[in-house]
Amino acid sequence: MKYNRDILEIIFYARGGQGAKTAAEIIAQAAVKEGRFVQAFPQFGPERSGAPTKTFVRISSSPIRTHEPVTDPDMAVVLDETILDSENVMENLSRNESMIVNSEKTAEELRCKINSRGADYEGKIHPVDANGISVAIIGQLRPNTVILGKIIQIAEIARIESVISEFRKIFERKIGREATKKNVQAIEKAYDIIS
Amino acid sequence: MTNMTNATKKRIALTGGAAAAEALRQINPDVMAVYPITPQTTIIEAYAKLAADGLVNTEVIQVESEHSAMSACIGASAAGARSVTATSSQGLLLMHEMLYIASGLRLPILMVDSARAVSSPINIHGDHSDVMGVRDSGWIQIFSENAQEVYDNTVMGMKLAEKVSLPVMVIMDGFNTSHSVENLETADTKKVRKFIGEYRPEQTLLKTNQPVTFGPLALQNSYFEFKIDQEKAMMSVADCYADITADFAEISGRRYNFFESYKLKDAEYIIVLAGSAAGTAKDVVDKLRQNGKKVGLLKINLFRPFPSAEIAEALKNAKSIAVLDRAQSIGTMPPFYMEIINSLNATKYKIQTASYIYGLGGRDIFAKDIEKVFMDLIKNKFSKEIKYIQ
Repeated sequence: MKYNRDILEIIFYARGGQGAKTAAEIIAQAAVKEGRFVQAFPQFGPERSGAPTKTFVRISSSPIRTHEPVTDPDMAVVLDETILDSENVMENLSRNESMIVNSEKTAEELRCKINSRGADYEGKIHPVDANGISVAIIGQLRPNTVILGKIIQIAEIARIESVISEFRKIFERKIGREATKKNVQAIEKAYDIIS
Repeated sequence: MTNMTNATKKRIALTGGAAAAEALRQINPDVMAVYPITPQTTIIEAYAKLAADGLVNTEVIQVESEHSAMSACIGASAAGARSVTATSSQGLLLMHEMLYIASGLRLPILMVDSARAVSSPINIHGDHSDVMGVRDSGWIQIFSENAQEVYDNTVMGMKLAEKVSLPVMVIMDGFNTSHSVENLETADTKKVRKFIGEYRPEQTLLKTNQPVTFGPLALQNSYFEFKIDQEKAMMSVADCYADITADFAEISGRRYNFFESYKLKDAEYIIVLAGSAAGTAKDVVDKLRQNGKKVGLLKINLFRPFPSAEIAEALKNAKSIAVLDRAQSIGTMPPFYMEIINSLNATKYKIQTASYIYGLGGRDIFAKDIEKVFMDLIKNKFSKEIKYIQ
């Protein structure tokens, strides 16, 4: 049984350097803006570019006290499809919980892939081609921010406006107005896609 | 910590490191000596940026080692400047020699430590080994559970240091707190500055009309007395800490004590610990309380000076106690355990007390681990040996 039943818990699976930590922080800050309590932290391992990483987000309507890592998430977000070959991303996800995967594949294709390693995952799978969207709209591979749109569409943990405003706050000064506009378009695109 | 106001305040979310930097921004010290080490770097990076952006008037001194960072603080503080630094692990150990100089000279330096394991073997993750390695260096040591407490303790710590003329170490758990984004409320900068007040040291090297010597030779005829005076000064800290926490509650709505009593009043089984695991332990206490188990948590805030009498009083009705340390004292029992045994020993209370060690080198501790400790107490499963939560 989950210890923290009134806390929504997300695990981001990615590779070092793909920006999962940034994505987690944007989601958390957007939720804070809407009066929620949050926690966002990476799995504290060696930071090697390209190595599989986990990043955790907790969101709740009451203060969060625990400092244990998330082990029984309500949602998994997979930023890199190749992670499916090595990490048990379906771990502790039940039938009514869900997974978002950055992939061109269909939900059924992904389910076959996940279960081909011996798992029996029955929860929902929401594919989003975050790589494709980011390359088409931004002109660069930026799946970490694009996938925010999909997370908000599925989990409704914050309004898309709050996420975009957080994105602007962090990035506008760094990447300029034009690039920010494109990123925002890409987030909105992922948010609007029905899958 | 009790929340005294119900007024809705603006909540933000920051990492523990950023919370320390924000408190330091509000303090706006004269000097900050910086040398990076994981997991403290976020603090000094954030602060260096504030300085570069002109948001603070601090002289940020980039030094070539932690030994020099503490030396720079000592020089600056002796000259009358409000001085701060931050470090972790090997950095704190490299300062070891200078820590005693700072406390012996009665300099009110504030240091934030992201507590971390020490080598060897090499490990950059959180535990309390670095802190415990310097626990006899004459510094006031205050533990923090989360980003909120890091912010609060940094603000209170600066005032406390200057009030008692002793250096203060504010401790957060490396990574667990330093790198976790968490909610906190910050006080208005003007209120914080008014709370801390201007730093007006009685004696400084730069008061040339009142020439003084800092750190003279004191041999067999006087060294001993200096050291007794230092102990007396440290024992006066508790009263000042109590006053400062009361004043801080006025501007923040948050009231701190020497330790936090979480559901201790009628508790039969009590866990004692410090730092970020306290939050997890509170969830466990609530869960077991729902099942009718009389359990409670005593979270240590002030570690030096150690409030022995008050802690013994808070523990006196327990049937049994488990003390959870995140450090060893190789060759004997671990530090918190020794303090608790010593505190109880000074009273008539004889309570069975077990020692557990957890979280060395960043090993995660889960709610289920803490629940198991409570179940050991409830089922009277005791051993004289240290138990390891691996």
